[in-house]
Order: sequence, then structure tokens, then C-alpha cells
Amino acid sequence: MKKVTIFGLSFSLPLLLWQLLFFAFPLFFLVALSFWVVENYRMVPDFDGVNWTKMFGRDVFWDTYLRTLALAAGASVLVSILAFPCSYGIAFKLSANLRRLAIFLMIIPFFTSYLVRVYSWQIFLSDNGIFNAAFGLLGMGPYTMLNTDFGTMVGYLTLCLPLVVLLQVFGLMFVDRTLIEAAHNLRCGRLRTVFLVVIPSARVGLVIAALFCFILTFGDFVGPLYLGGGKPPTLSIMITDTTKAGQQWPRAAVIAIVMIATLLVVAFSAIGYAYRKRA
Amino acid sequence: MSNPSSGPGSLVTRRRFLHGSMVAVSGTLSAPYVMRRASAATTELTMLAWYGHAEPDIVAEFEEQHDVTVKPKYYSGGDNMLALIAQSPPGTYDLILSDAEYVQQLNAAGYVEELDPGDYPLDDYYPEFQQFPGHWKDGKLFSVMARFGFLGVAYNTEALTEEEARSYQVYWSPKLTGKLGHFDWHLPNLGQMSLHNGNHPPFDLDDAAWDTLRETTLTLRPQVGGFFDYGGTFASLQNGQMLAFCGIGDWITGVLQKEGAAVRTVVPEEGGLQWTESFSIGKGARHPELARQFIQYITSPEGQVKSANMAAYPALIPSQKGWELLNAETPEEAQRQGMVLGQRNVMDDIRDGRIHFRALPVQQTLEDWNDFWSDYKSG
Repeated sequence: MKKVTIFGLSFSLPLLLWQLLFFAFPLFFLVALSFWVVENYRMVPDFDGVNWTKMFGRDVFWDTYLRTLALAAGASVLVSILAFPCSYGIAFKLSANLRRLAIFLMIIPFFTSYLVRVYSWQIFLSDNGIFNAAFGLLGMGPYTMLNTDFGTMVGYLTLCLPLVVLLQVFGLMFVDRTLIEAAHNLRCGRLRTVFLVVIPSARVGLVIAALFCFILTFGDFVGPLYLGGGKPPTLSIMITDTTKAGQQWPRAAVIAIVMIATLLVVAFSAIGYAYRKRA
Repeated sequence: MSNPSSGPGSLVTRRRFLHGSMVAVSGTLSAPYVMRRASAATTELTMLAWYGHAEPDIVAEFEEQHDVTVKPKYYSGGDNMLALIAQSPPGTYDLILSDAEYVQQLNAAGYVEELDPGDYPLDDYYPEFQQFPGHWKDGKLFSVMARFGFLGVAYNTEALTEEEARSYQVYWSPKLTGKLGHFDWHLPNLGQMSLHNGNHPPFDLDDAAWDTLRETTLTLRPQVGGFFDYGGTFASLQNGQMLAFCGIGDWITGVLQKEGAAVRTVVPEEGGLQWTESFSIGKGARHPELARQFIQYITSPEGQVKSANMAAYPALIPSQKGWELLNAETPEEAQRQGMVLGQRNVMDDIRDGRIHFRALPVQQTLEDWNDFWSDYKSG
């Protein structure tokens, strides 16, 4: 058994304290809150399962849950697919200088607030917006893009695409180039090399990138509300609706706990898959 | 010839320059702190209110007159307001602005002080507003009405005619498929649906009327283009994404109209809803005298004119003397809002029985209404 040293503790303690302060304690409070009751708009400490039975007994909760799950999973797949050619190009085709520039360009979107970027998308996507004006010049449209699932997906792409590209690039940069050379020497075609050598070798990075996309989109409030029109709502919108009506923070806590549990299951599954040894 | 600024006897040496610069910089940096200390000496009057009520266009004159700073805590919605009070120590808020339907709950919970009617110019008010329901209990006054407005059909004037907008039936028009927005709050939306179904009063529904209301509302769902918060409602009306809105009134379209947008609100034939905002003094207020003076200020003719023209959202005012001053000072706004004296105006809409107070559900719980609203949104 390894001996715990003060040296080792001094490095690991801050992380442990951080996790206790900002994850474990709030989570514990959230769980406790879900058993409280609301009387005359005031939260009263209690141990009553009414919030759980109320939320779990409503079809609208499960419909919203499945919809949010499907949207986040769909966004993870879509963003990963759209990001991959870009990441591949940056990792394998660009010179070191151009790669640095490309990585910098991927960081620039984070300089501006996500909310501002989403609001500016409204100018492009609205029925009288820039895209429809351009389509109109070609004798097409107008197409309804704002306040649709398409709009929500644009929001998700805005939120995640640069990050996913960055994570994929870092994953691809660590792929052992000799494996690619070996594949080519063995007359493996370019596309086949990508699927049989590059993607399996960069699996950890690619899965982590998709996982981040899932985590961010599953809890996103801004995209579904301002580009999706809040119809139908996602779980994050449902949380705000629940708190607005009668100050039902305990019921909102139930939704939040279900979201956290889902994210933990997905995260552990994804990481397990990413680090799984090849058979 | 020597350079006068660089010789030993020159006026500006490097050391002197550095010293002077440091004094200037430290002086500049410390100025805000000196000013902050000066401003901290003034009294703070705390106000719990909807956004806009403690902005300079409304409170600057009062602050100057009384050497006081009005410190707002803004809320969004009556439930939010009640929760903020419930979760704060008594005396946190000197002034509480409330929607009329929540005043009774404020009073029942003991959150507000009793007021002396003689302190306020209620005699200047139209008779309909002098004994406003819920503001009085057992002959005692607890809240003073400051402003009100109507909710009706808000529409894009380039897409619909006023005649079309004169009925809630327009919400089902093919012209509005995917173009009808909802302000995301069940009370005004379901209230309008109730009026469409012919329920008077619209919030006191028996089981049969409640079932019918839900059925009617669900048929509207395919028309809906989105559910919007305050900012989203503004944006989607302004950019033409939504051509009509359910659940709002001139408090939103008025702001856009003043900016030149082709939108307005009309009260339909089936009737409109009235929202009402009133001021109370918080229980255990730290500055009750100042709070009383603020209510006097905002209910005076001058304060009423400011309230009618509020930058955040315009409103109708209950004071007849306020109307007179409004017509003298900003006749165009009096005209726009229908507060012109000597001709048909918004008071006639009230007297004709076309306006109903927005209220909490009487025979169902607020939770029933909210649950249905969630189901409707998800549908």
C-alpha cells in the first residue's frame, strides 16, 4: 500500500478542498433542498418526497427529459462530425506556425459572450434576416430558421464547435505519425487510414470532445430559448419555469439532480469507453 | 544655448516630473473614493420593484430634493417578489412595488405597513381608483395605486388591420401560423383565452369553464412561434419574427412604437385585462417617512407624468390632475395612450365594462394553471 506523504497531500489537498466546497457540499444541499416544501412562497426545511413524486409523475417532465437528451446527443454527433475535417486539417496539414494561428482563431470566439453571439444570430436567422435576404436574391425562401430546432442547433454549434475543434486537434496531434506511415506503406488508402488508424488512435481526444459538447448542450439555456423560441422547452428552461411559478425551488432541484445524474452516467460511460483497452 | 527644461536650474526635472505625475495619478485614482464617501453620506431608500421604477428618469428629481439615493432591487414577477421579501429580514425594503393581485398576499403575510389615506392625493384620482380592490382591508389602506395598463392584442400593423386585431379570434388566423408569440407567463395568456371564451370575470372559473379554457388554448398551439421572456418579446416584435403577441399590451408595444416600430396594442371586443402597479411601505422599513414622501412624489401630478412616460415601459395613470399635466406637457403621449381629456379615452373602456382586472385564479390553484401552461408549452 502506498504511503501518504505530506508532500503528496500538499498537491492533492487543494483539489480535494475545491471539489468538496464547490461540488460535494452544493450537491448535498441540492439533494436536501429537493425534500423541502414551499409554504406561502417560503421554502421550509422538511423531508417530504412530494417534489419527486410530483415531477416524476408528470408526462411533461419525461417528454422534456427525452427531448433534451436527444438534442444534446444529436448536437454531440453533429458537432463532432462537422469539427473533424477542420481538426484533421489543422493537426495534419498545416505548418506549425499556421497551426498556432488556427488554434488562436478557435480561441477568439470565447472573447465574446455567448449570449451576445446568440443574439447576433437572430439578425441572420430571422424571417427578414440576412440569410433570407440572400436567399431572396436567388429567388428562394423565405425559410423559417429562428425559433425552430434548427435555430437551437445553431446555438449549440455556436457554443461548442470551437471547443470541440480545439479538443479534437489536441487529440489528433498526439497520434503516432509512424502508425500512419506504416498504414500507407502497407497500401492502406487515405480515407481507410483515417477510419482504421487515425480515429482509433485519437479516440480519447475525440470522445472527450464529444463529451464536452454533450455536457454543455444538455444544460444550455440560451440557445434553446433565444434561437429555439423555447418551444418545446428543454430541461434548463423547465427549471426557470418551475422557479417562476410559486417559487418551487425544491422541484427545480429535482430537475437539476436528474440532470447531474444523467451527466455523471454519460461522462463515466464516455470516459470508460474512451480508455477501454482494445480487444 | 541650453535647453531650459533640461538644465540643473530648469523648472521640470525628471524627479520633479515623476513626483508630479505620481501626485496627479494618485489624486485621480483617489477621487472616486472621495466622491464615493461623499455620496455614501446620503440616505439610501431601498425599493423592491419591476425594472425601470428606480431609474434616473423617474427618481433623479426625488433624489435631488431629499438628498437620498434610491437603491432598487428589481424582480420579474409577483412570485419572485414575494419570495424575495420572504427570504429577506424585515425592513430590507422601504418601498415595495407590487402588482395589484399580489397586494392582498403582501398584506396577509404582514409584509406591509398600514398607510394613512390622508397622506396621499387619492382625491385627485378617478373615482374608479380611489377604493381599488385589494388595496383596502377593513377600511384600512395598505397600498397606493401608481399606474396601470391594458393587455390586449399586440400586433404588427403592417400584417394585420385594427379591425382584425379587435378580436382574440385573430390568434387563430392563417396569417399568424407560426407567427404568434406568447409572453411566457400563464396568467395574462390564459386570462385572454378566458375572455375569448366569454368568461366574466375571466379568472373565476368553475370546473367546466376551466376544462373548456384548456381545450380552447390547446387548439392555439399550432399557431405559436415561440414563448418569450421580456427581451425576447421585444426582439421578436421588433424584427418582425412574430406578427402578433398574446399576453402583453402597450407596456411593450408602446416602447417599440415610440422607437418607430409598426406595432401597437388594441383592446378587443371580448374585453381586455388590466394590470395595476401599486406602492406599499415595507413592514419595519428603515426610512418610512422617506418612503411616504416617495409615494407622495410619484402620485403627484408631476410624478404621474414621469410614470406615464417611463423609459422602461409606459403606462396609464390614475390621477386626473396627472392627466391634465400630461396633456399640457406631453400631449403626443397623452394622445398615443388614449388619455386625452374631453373626448373618448381609456376611462370609457373601463366604464363600458370592457376591462377586467388581472387576478389570481379563484377556483383553481396557481399551480393548476402553471402545470397546464407547462403542458401547453411542451405540446
